[in-house]
Amino acid sequence: MEKIKSVADLKKLKQQSALSRKSGDESSQQNAITIKVAMATCGIASGARETYDYFVQELKRQKINAIVSQTGCMSYCYAEPTVEITLPHEEPVVFGFVNTAKAQEIVDRYILHHEFVDGVIPASYKTV
Amino acid sequence: MIKITIDQKTVSVPRGTTILEAAEKAGIDIPTLCHMKLHDMNIENKPGGCRICVVEVNGRRNLTPSCCTEVEEGMMINTHSMRVINARRTVLELILSDHPAECLTCAKSGDCELQRMAHRLGIREIHCKGEQSAYRIDNSPAIIRDPDKCIMCRRCEMMCNEVQTVGVLSAVHRGFNSVVSPAFEKDLMHSECTFCGQCLAVCPTGALTEVDETTSVVRAISDREKVVVVQTAPAVRAALGEEFGYQAGTVVTGKMVAALRRLGFNYVFDTDFAADLTIMEEGTELLQRLNAFLKGDKSVKLPILTSCCPAWVKFFEHQFPELIDIPSTARSPQQMFGSIAKTYLAEKLGVDRKNMIVVSIMPCVAKKYERGRDEFYVDGNPDVDIVLTTRELAHLIKLCNIDLTTLPEEDFDEPLGQSTGAGVLFGTTGGVIEAAVRTAYEIQTGKALPRINFEELRGMEGFRKAIVDFDGLELNIGIAHGLGNARKLLEDIEQGKSHFHAIEIMSCPGGCIGGGGQPYHHGNADILMKRQHALYTEDELKVIRKSHENPDILKLYAEFLGKPLSEKSHKLLHTNYFNRKAE
Amino acid sequence: MTKTHIFVCGGIGCRAMESEQLRKNFQREILVRGLSDEVQVVTTGCFGFCEKGPLVKILPDQTFYVQVSPDDAAEIVSEHIIHQRKVERLLYIDPETRKRVTESKDMDFYKRQFRIALRNCGVIDPDNIEEYIARDGYSAIAKCLTEYTPEKVIDIVKKSGLRGRGGGGFPTGLKWEITRKSENSQKYVVCNADEGDPGAFMDRSILEGDPHSVIEAMAICGYCIGADKGLIYIRAEYPLAIKRLKRALQQAVDTGLLGRDILGTGFNFEIEIRYGAGAFVCGEETALIHSMEGCRGEPTFKPPFPSVEGYMGKPTNVNNVETFANIPVIINKGAEWFSAIGTEKSKGTKVFALAGKINNVGLIEVPMGTTLREIIYDIGGGIKDGKKFKAVQTGGPSGGCLSEKYLDTPIDYDNLIEAGSMMGSGGMIVLDENDCMVSIAKFYLGFTLDESCGKCAPCRIGNKRLYEKLDKITSGEGTMEDLVRLKSLSLVIKDTSLCGLGQSSPNPVLSTLTNFYDEYVAHVKEKKCPSKQCKDLINFTIIEDKCTGCTLCFRNCPVEAISGEKSKIHHIHQDKCIKCGLCYSKCKFEAILIE
Repeated sequence: MEKIKSVADLKKLKQQSALSRKSGDESSQQNAITIKVAMATCGIASGARETYDYFVQELKRQKINAIVSQTGCMSYCYAEPTVEITLPHEEPVVFGFVNTAKAQEIVDRYILHHEFVDGVIPASYKTV
Repeated sequence: MIKITIDQKTVSVPRGTTILEAAEKAGIDIPTLCHMKLHDMNIENKPGGCRICVVEVNGRRNLTPSCCTEVEEGMMINTHSMRVINARRTVLELILSDHPAECLTCAKSGDCELQRMAHRLGIREIHCKGEQSAYRIDNSPAIIRDPDKCIMCRRCEMMCNEVQTVGVLSAVHRGFNSVVSPAFEKDLMHSECTFCGQCLAVCPTGALTEVDETTSVVRAISDREKVVVVQTAPAVRAALGEEFGYQAGTVVTGKMVAALRRLGFNYVFDTDFAADLTIMEEGTELLQRLNAFLKGDKSVKLPILTSCCPAWVKFFEHQFPELIDIPSTARSPQQMFGSIAKTYLAEKLGVDRKNMIVVSIMPCVAKKYERGRDEFYVDGNPDVDIVLTTRELAHLIKLCNIDLTTLPEEDFDEPLGQSTGAGVLFGTTGGVIEAAVRTAYEIQTGKALPRINFEELRGMEGFRKAIVDFDGLELNIGIAHGLGNARKLLEDIEQGKSHFHAIEIMSCPGGCIGGGGQPYHHGNADILMKRQHALYTEDELKVIRKSHENPDILKLYAEFLGKPLSEKSHKLLHTNYFNRKAE
Repeated sequence: MTKTHIFVCGGIGCRAMESEQLRKNFQREILVRGLSDEVQVVTTGCFGFCEKGPLVKILPDQTFYVQVSPDDAAEIVSEHIIHQRKVERLLYIDPETRKRVTESKDMDFYKRQFRIALRNCGVIDPDNIEEYIARDGYSAIAKCLTEYTPEKVIDIVKKSGLRGRGGGGFPTGLKWEITRKSENSQKYVVCNADEGDPGAFMDRSILEGDPHSVIEAMAICGYCIGADKGLIYIRAEYPLAIKRLKRALQQAVDTGLLGRDILGTGFNFEIEIRYGAGAFVCGEETALIHSMEGCRGEPTFKPPFPSVEGYMGKPTNVNNVETFANIPVIINKGAEWFSAIGTEKSKGTKVFALAGKINNVGLIEVPMGTTLREIIYDIGGGIKDGKKFKAVQTGGPSGGCLSEKYLDTPIDYDNLIEAGSMMGSGGMIVLDENDCMVSIAKFYLGFTLDESCGKCAPCRIGNKRLYEKLDKITSGEGTMEDLVRLKSLSLVIKDTSLCGLGQSSPNPVLSTLTNFYDEYVAHVKEKKCPSKQCKDLINFTIIEDKCTGCTLCFRNCPVEAISGEKSKIHHIHQDKCIKCGLCYSKCKFEAILIE
């Protein structure tokens, strides 16, 4: 990993990272669909790892350009496993109770056809 | 100085003073249970756990423990408001609710601080009865642990860990189940316990007591077939009187001898005699090693360490087995006495050793363990049969309806009763080495001592160093009492930081005068000082003050042993040590 | 063309108000009007505005309708979807402006949660330091090291009004200042990650979701107090948090954000992880320090405070995970920004682990001053199964049970203490009419009993005696005198215990005695458990009128305490019944009575 030796280095890295994540950038990587699976202990206990693996395999199988990553607790304990999906140029959407069947439904309907499926969790908080 | 008001009295005390100490200064005696401070000895226990000493401080939300709260300017303290008294009584009732109500049959009855506290706070009823802790009693040859009676004051733990650095006793389990115990609730006998007995010397209740062997003594005395011989250690005479209302520091040697005789012992001898014998052996060993060393013999091990203290012996066997060949091989005076009694004396009296019972009166509980070590048995018969502590002797005297105070002063019997001032000194820290120096000096230099008292070896500091001039040859002497201090000294030696020729080590703070079998000091260190002073006075009063001038000792060598370190001496008066690290 | 979506809240609160029927009506309307290809109805999770439910949101125009009844479906479809006209009467009226609010983006005030400590949880990949940096990560430490003196940073933290989130609520800036002023060549920053309250898991979530925020804050603290060494005391039962923390530490070291000469400023800071065995008392800072030193995890009397004499006798600043997680934001956004959130004496937000008889169990973060009602009914979606609210337990075993009358109390440190409970680390357990308050007090005391270190007598023995009394009461053997003793003993335990654990352990007893005295009296005098939970005080009987003789209870009874033949009325033999409740739950005809 590259050393961050000064504040300037830090700022540079921040800009690079922010840029690469900003939607609207035209390179294929940035235009990808991002899928974040909440994988804190509780998420994993309710099956988040299976969900994560399923997304990775299914998207690969269907040759859909997407980045699947893990993240921490989304705090919707009652609806674990939870997954946040960001389609290019759109607001992120959180889905709850995402077992593999639900994951399949999300891929088929939301990711491919922009149709919402049951289990959307409305963002109920503000953040800094 | 900080000005505070306690119960409407205003006092000024230095910063860092606790409320408890400030109250004491104001003449207010706040009750405490877990707190204990041995002044000038750097020993203090204040976990703040018993909560008996709580007081009300203006402006504080909760009551505060006076033993660990330092005074602050302008503090207004109430030590006996309704709130305080209610809290204090409730807490004591709680402690009593988890304590067996067996006062009448408890070994500690009459000497129990919990019992005294219940009396002081006027507890008449325990309102919050409930389940009581039930643990296994741990019997060892020296110490009995009855954890049901433990009140978690942690004094024993402090002694075992901080003062002695033995590390056997500590709190285990949590909440209501917590209790002080060896790790994994092992028995003491299977732990690294040295049986120094400092734990039971400070235990406020009957949770830690010595094994009571008074009945065995009565039985032995009653047995007409047996010749029952008793020996009394030097520190006993300086403390026994306390159990009979004498001021601390009163020497009761003559009355003690009279009492022992009235108890029915056939012969009353003095361990001091054996102490003189120890000096002959150990002193000679020191000079032998020293002279070889001075001649350039690299194989010789220095410093020589004393070996009279059984707890110290067990300590280095567990903790410093690599130093096992440094201590003197001389047995302790108790064991030398037993060995001589069952050979030399038995021969003289024409008694079979199996029909002789040797009883020791010791200030020590580790002696109970020591007498049972395998190497001190001959054909299945021990050199010493029974060991009583000073406290047990007092009980025995009372049991046999003897009033010590009205007894005449009597002398020890011959031939193992005569001793020198040097032997008396064995009872205090620094005493063994002073006795050794008196003899070694004269033997080494061939000259008479210019002075007999070696003030540089005396005192109460835990770790002392002194240089003694042997007519031009400077001997470096080290003295440690308390095993924690001994550990420091040994570590210094291991790391090559210290270079001593001879070192005296005593396990108990103060030496044998502060032994685990002595009358309880209940945290009053002045008692130890007075006992020490008494032994120095006893030494001064003796006509003969050097071991090698004891005529009975000279006679013993002439008639029986030959000379110090002879083959017979080696067999009867020396021992070897065992690596117990693996245990 | 973008499809129109009708979001119907499927949160349990809305469901209780027929949102399921509403959804069906929408679907029927759309089918009938042939809009199936253009419009889709979606059931969502809880919107968190349950008091105004059922809620409907229309996409893409984001219109938000409140209190929508099943009968309104037709009007919304015809007016809004077909004619593009908003249904005015169903729009939310802002209570302050008295104006109707149309779009949900104008309705952010319904979002009662505000995330500061949890800002990155569920947002970034905790294993990727770059994602943290992309979200302003490590910019706070950079700012401190290059623009501020340590005094200035302490001043910012002081002015922000941040108080310790571990439970005590001690002002963080003041703690830092005291530690800074304790002169010593070696000082330590300790992060208390020994989260132990039953049901609380915010610290774990932060460490699992955003470990770098804690690392950054510890370095800032080190800079302020003059420490170059940090220690994180974490319970070994948190393997994932430890794994993520270790990885984050490694990345911080690899990038040079920890170690020597950080960002070229000459500041050195390193962090080590220490494991705890999961003793609750080790959350108490002196006990935590002793545990780290390798000693028995027991508290010692304060003063000396760790700020003066802590780990290895050196000045040590101990803060909890959530407290640290707030620090970078305070530095970046400023003290004024932070102190504008919350109440007069409690600033910022607090994370709560909402659990118990509540619909939306979860981790929430709300500004200080939010009321219990808002948390329970809006965010939490109300009580499960439509049962009646009875109490909320806050502060874990050190806290208390608050009854209905405290529902509108704004939550902050001081109000909770005044109400007889405490903030604690943020456990919040909701209890309904079926919970017996005596049993609840007994449960928490049982926890304290297991977790007391045993050092001081009132906590070691006193709590045991309290527990025994509660046990006696729940067994129907209590007396009125026991109730008096419960209270007086509780007060002495609070007054005389050594540490916070003992000083607060009787709170569950005292608060239930105060708020639910009648329930205690019912147990003692009538020998009845009003919530029908105490086995010794209830009996199961069969209501003869309802029993069909189906034999289901007979077949399920594990101890053969039920007799009866097919199609005939069954009987429960009280002498054999172990009150397991299996017959009650199996009976299809509600023929089992608990009395």
